[in-house]
Amino acid sequence: MEKIKARLIQDYLNQFVDRPVYIHLETTNGAYATHHNREAYNVGAFIRNAQVTFSQAKISGDEKSYRVGLKTGNGWVYAEGLRDYQIDQHKRLLLAGHDDQGRLLVTLELSLQPFTN
Amino acid sequence: MKKDEHVVVIFPHPDDEAFGAAGTIARFRKQGVPVTYLCGTLGEMGRNMGNPTFATRETLPEIRQQELMNACRSLDINLEQLGYRDKTLEFEDQDRLATHLFRYLEKIKPTLVITHYPGYAVHPDHDAFGAAAIEAVNRFEPNQRPEVWALAIKKDKEKDLGEADLQFDITDTFEDKLAAIVAHKSQASGILGGLNQGPASLDQIVKDKLSHEAFYQWSFNEV
Repeated sequence: MEKIKARLIQDYLNQFVDRPVYIHLETTNGAYATHHNREAYNVGAFIRNAQVTFSQAKISGDEKSYRVGLKTGNGWVYAEGLRDYQIDQHKRLLLAGHDDQGRLLVTLELSLQPFTN
Repeated sequence: MKKDEHVVVIFPHPDDEAFGAAGTIARFRKQGVPVTYLCGTLGEMGRNMGNPTFATRETLPEIRQQELMNACRSLDINLEQLGYRDKTLEFEDQDRLATHLFRYLEKIKPTLVITHYPGYAVHPDHDAFGAAAIEAVNRFEPNQRPEVWALAIKKDKEKDLGEADLQFDITDTFEDKLAAIVAHKSQASGILGGLNQGPASLDQIVKDKLSHEAFYQWSFNEV
């Protein structure tokens, strides 16, 4: 992945507006958070292949922590802490944030085709 | 080696076999005992994306599948991939998981099954797959039933379970274990890096932490 360039991501997000889009949204502090630190506890949320249609999409924030919000017919989707992106060979937009050891903290992915299960 | 000896290892993730049991697995292989790994998932939800990152959430399964095959080749063991999704095993129907595992065990007729100790294996997949594995083994008639060695990971496990029944110093197969761990490139540096908390060299830390493997002998109480 590469460091997010906000204008490029905004342009790419705009291409998904008003089209049925499959999303993958996930955040996690890992399955071993409690194991490694008694004071911490495991937290995560995950949704894959939810289909949403949004009328607006916006990236905000800065290189320290970008946020992306999608305004849907009757609600919102957003992710925070995004720093890296990749547009893969299936033209999917992958956005993610990692810690200093390369561990995934958050990811938001958009695709016109379903993700493999 | 006893006649018809065969070890089946049942863990949910690529790399569970390397970190948890590779020294023991290598010892069985040196004795000529066949070993089959029933690997539940492709570790699709792993957090380690390499350091610096070289995987994405979407490329990780394929990368880990390749790493899994490399590790099994290096340990010289058979591999069966069961096709579940990482972090979902506890939400699957345990009875169906057990039936799926039993179908493999029926065919292989192992003398020993190595799996996670349910409730003491930290990761929900470990607990769920370990429970399903033990249920599958329990379906054998007592005189046909393989032994089960259960791997517990939870800190303070000794408080509840006592000391592990089987304690192995695996120094003589440590190199095989290290090779299996290193085969899981995307995961190894993250996990090994996490062990490196002090001034000692990483090699030494790894050796201290990983040159010992321990299992609890599972007892099936007949009612």
